[in-house]
Amino acid sequence: MEADKLKKDNFIIAKKKFKSRLIVGTGKYRSMTECAKAIKVSGADMVTVAVRRVNISDKKKPLLMDFIDPKKITYLPNTAGCFSSSEALRTLRLAREIGGWKLVKLEVLGDKKNLFPEMIETLKSTEVLTKEGFKVMVYCNDDPLMAKRLENAGACAIMPLAAPIGSGLGIQNKINIEIIRSQTKLPLIIDAGLGQASDATIAMELGCDGVLVNTAIAKAKNPFTMANAFKNAVIAGRQSFIAGRINKTILGKASSPVKGII
Amino acid sequence: MKKIKKIKIRLNGKLKSVNKNISLLELTNNIKIPFKKVAIELNQVIVDKKKMSKIIIKNNDRIEIVHFIGGG
Repeated sequence: MEADKLKKDNFIIAKKKFKSRLIVGTGKYRSMTECAKAIKVSGADMVTVAVRRVNISDKKKPLLMDFIDPKKITYLPNTAGCFSSSEALRTLRLAREIGGWKLVKLEVLGDKKNLFPEMIETLKSTEVLTKEGFKVMVYCNDDPLMAKRLENAGACAIMPLAAPIGSGLGIQNKINIEIIRSQTKLPLIIDAGLGQASDATIAMELGCDGVLVNTAIAKAKNPFTMANAFKNAVIAGRQSFIAGRINKTILGKASSPVKGII
Repeated sequence: MKKIKKIKIRLNGKLKSVNKNISLLELTNNIKIPFKKVAIELNQVIVDKKKMSKIIIKNNDRIEIVHFIGGG
């Protein structure tokens, strides 16, 4: 029965099915070639991308679309670097104009040092974008009440942080993630703060539907091996969650039968 | 020979001098922008790329041309 469960275990966001539960960021790599290879190894079929000015003076600079084909890999335009609702809305409207993208990641930051999300602006932006027909995956704090508000505002996925962006600290508040899991049927994706593959496994074992990783892969000593590690870690964590863990007990329970001891 | 009048615009944040009465299409063609991979904003309003030939650049216009780059 568990095997059946795994077969039917689709990862669906805004009615679109994805093969991998690992979403990968495309920033911080040493080169586009390295980025493209790491994505391939990771098995991810959705990647986050940023919207920035075209370099008018140096048009020889390589273009992301020449390395990662948006027809094969879903581009998830992100508002990284936006500190207000108006900046985020402007960015995502431009992103939609580039190629008709409606599935987007909203990220409105509130503090330049800790990069925590500005949740009031995030909530406002979610409402506006949803009304404009966007499918909004929302980067947020690990706050169950705010997660509920985002859901009510029309978010298509809830993406709480594990820890500050790029910190590599791993999930700091498992209880909050579990509470958010228990209250929503929306895709729940851990976004930001993972440091190593096991962090992704923990996220998946908590019942998350996916994880979004950038720095932990891009800045690993060997990004390709780390990309592969994250791929396996996400699969392992998901299987472990579906398989159903044993109950925890304080005292020991022998694995071998007592009967017949010599 | 008649001297072509110039106007000043801001293109991706930088001051640029361009010929008066040129269209947005001519401007983007001149700087060889791959249309399909960008979005264009004129004075903070997104431009319909099909109508670019009809949009004439005016003095002090602010034009932003953006595309996707690597990001988290």
